[in-house]
Order: sequence, then C-alpha cells, then structure tokens
Amino acid sequence: MTNLPISNIVLATGFILVLIGLWGILTHRNILRIIIGFSLIDTGIHIVIVSIGYVTNGTAPIIDRALGPSEAPSRAVDPIPSALVVTAIVIGLAVTAVMLAYAIRLYESKKTLSIDAFTESKW
Amino acid sequence: MIRRAFNTLVVALFALLFATIAVTYTEQQTLPKLAAGYVKLVPQELGAPNVITGILLTYRGFDTLGEVAVLFMVAAGLGLVLGDSTRRRDAVPAESEAIVPSTELVRNGAAILFPLISIFAAYIIMNGHLSAGGGFQGGAIIASGVMLLLLANPEYLVDHDFLGGTESLAGVLYVLAGIAGLIFAGGFLDSRMLPLGQFGAFFSAGAIPIISVLLGVKVGCELSVIIDRFRG
Repeated sequence: MTNLPISNIVLATGFILVLIGLWGILTHRNILRIIIGFSLIDTGIHIVIVSIGYVTNGTAPIIDRALGPSEAPSRAVDPIPSALVVTAIVIGLAVTAVMLAYAIRLYESKKTLSIDAFTESKW
Repeated sequence: MIRRAFNTLVVALFALLFATIAVTYTEQQTLPKLAAGYVKLVPQELGAPNVITGILLTYRGFDTLGEVAVLFMVAAGLGLVLGDSTRRRDAVPAESEAIVPSTELVRNGAAILFPLISIFAAYIIMNGHLSAGGGFQGGAIIASGVMLLLLANPEYLVDHDFLGGTESLAGVLYVLAGIAGLIFAGGFLDSRMLPLGQFGAFFSAGAIPIISVLLGVKVGCELSVIIDRFRG
C-alpha cells in the first residue's frame, strides 16, 4: 500500500470547504444561502481539526480485540482533537439555529430574504 | 463588478494562506505526551474502552457541562425569539392555507421508521463507553426521528411542556451527578464513584453509562424543541 499523505489530503479538503463557504458568504444576497455558507465553514474547520490528530498508520483510539491496552499508546490516533470536535459540532448547531431564527424574524419585518433590503446599519 | 473582484481577491488570499499550511504540514509519527497519557489512563483508571468518551465525560467533564449550558441557552433563546404564542395563533388564519394531511405511504413509512430510529438512538447512547457513540450523538438521532414525524405528519403536535420538563430534569440530574463525583470520588463528574466492573461489559466504567443516558435524553429533548420552534 503506497503511503498516501492522508493528513495533508484531509487538511486540504477541510480548507477547500472553508473557502467554498467563504465565497458563498461574500457572494450571495439571499440570507439563507449566507447561513449555509457559515455552516460550510463550520464543517470545514471540524475536518481540519480532526485531521491534525492523525498519527501515521494509526487506528481509532478504542480498545477492543484489535487494539490491546498495552499497544494502544503506540498505535492509536490522537483522541483529543476528536473530543474537541464533538463539542464544536454542538456549538455550530447552536449558532446556526440562532442565525436561522433571526432570518425568520428579518423576513417577517421586510417580507424579503435579500440582505440588500436591510440598509439601516450601513454607513 | 468591484464587489466581485474584491470577493475573488479575499478568497484568493485565504487560499494562499491555507495552501501554505496544507503543503508544509508533516504528519505526526507518535502521539504527543498528553494524548499518550490519556490513551493509557482511560482503560486503566476508568475501565472504559472508548478513550474519547472517557475524556469527554470524566477528564474534561467540565467542558461538557459548559456545552450542556450552551444548548440550554440556545433552546431558551430560541423560545424568546421565535416562540411567541400569540404570534403563532395570529399567523395561522392570516395565511389561509389549510393543513393538507399527508398520504398513506408517507404516514406508514414514518410509522415503520420511527421505532427503528429510536432503537438505534438508544443503542448508540448506551454503547458510548464500549465503542463509538455517546450521549450527544444519540440525542441528535432521537431529534432526527422527531423531525421525521414532524415532516410526515403535519398535524403532529409536540408537547412542549413535557419535553421542557424532561430536559430540565435531565440537566439537574447531570449536575447532581457531577457534584456526587465531587463528594464520593476524585473531582467534578468523576465517574469512579460507581464500581468499575468488568472491562468491556455492558454495565462497566463506573457512572459513564448513566451520564451518557442523561446527556442523550437532555440533548434529544432540546433538539426536538428547537426543531419544533421553527415550525410555527
């Protein structure tokens, strides 16, 4: 099996997702599409964080028949980034829910989903 | 035109920054010392085969408490922004769209799928300490089952009082379990207050299964309430 640089490939995938989300936020005028862009940035960052924890030829940090407790510290993947990402996914959900609630209220006030209609805060 | 050029410039600069990081990153060859310590300690001291659940629920249990607090704040905040009951009552007759009942195929499909989803969610919650899984993951699956019911059956009314009461009770029990860990064992949310049991058995790893169940119930109720708020 050729030694693919798995960490770099997954890292690049995460960064590409972040770039797509960033492009979506900057380009679109529809509020819901901007929120989808934020969600894409979240997912991309989670993939980046998980990919940093990969150890070459490592396996999941779960002790079972395939991975005994004595050989685990040498063959397991870093568990800390995965634990951080579990928390981060929940926080991303919370932020997306609040953004969507604000989008609903904005729509009810101006009857349109385009952010060009909300110009009160512009200089 | 100017805006499009500016957007392209911003994305291109970010792409340059990210490409620099992605190309010069070298994979780790061995675990860092903290991670190696966790991988060694969790099966030894906590009796849990799943290292990540052991970290989330015991060694970094205070972060999990913060996350539980964030979820509760979001549910309460959404209730404030979206949940005005007079708004819901006034909006329905003004729209003048009759609620069309769903077809038999959709209803029967949902009726078959929902028990399977619930069993799968219960399995994931209870198996959190043995294999991949845990409280948050199982709670999200229950919420997706509730969303299936909401989509398939437009007249399905979610009982907000029951879900709100259950969620608050689960949250209080979770904090009490943490304080019990402070009194009976090493620190906040220390799961060693219950006996460790046999490694890999279903009832093992101290209080981790109980904490997983509490978390799963709390997250499931919360996400169901959040999804239902968006319907009104």
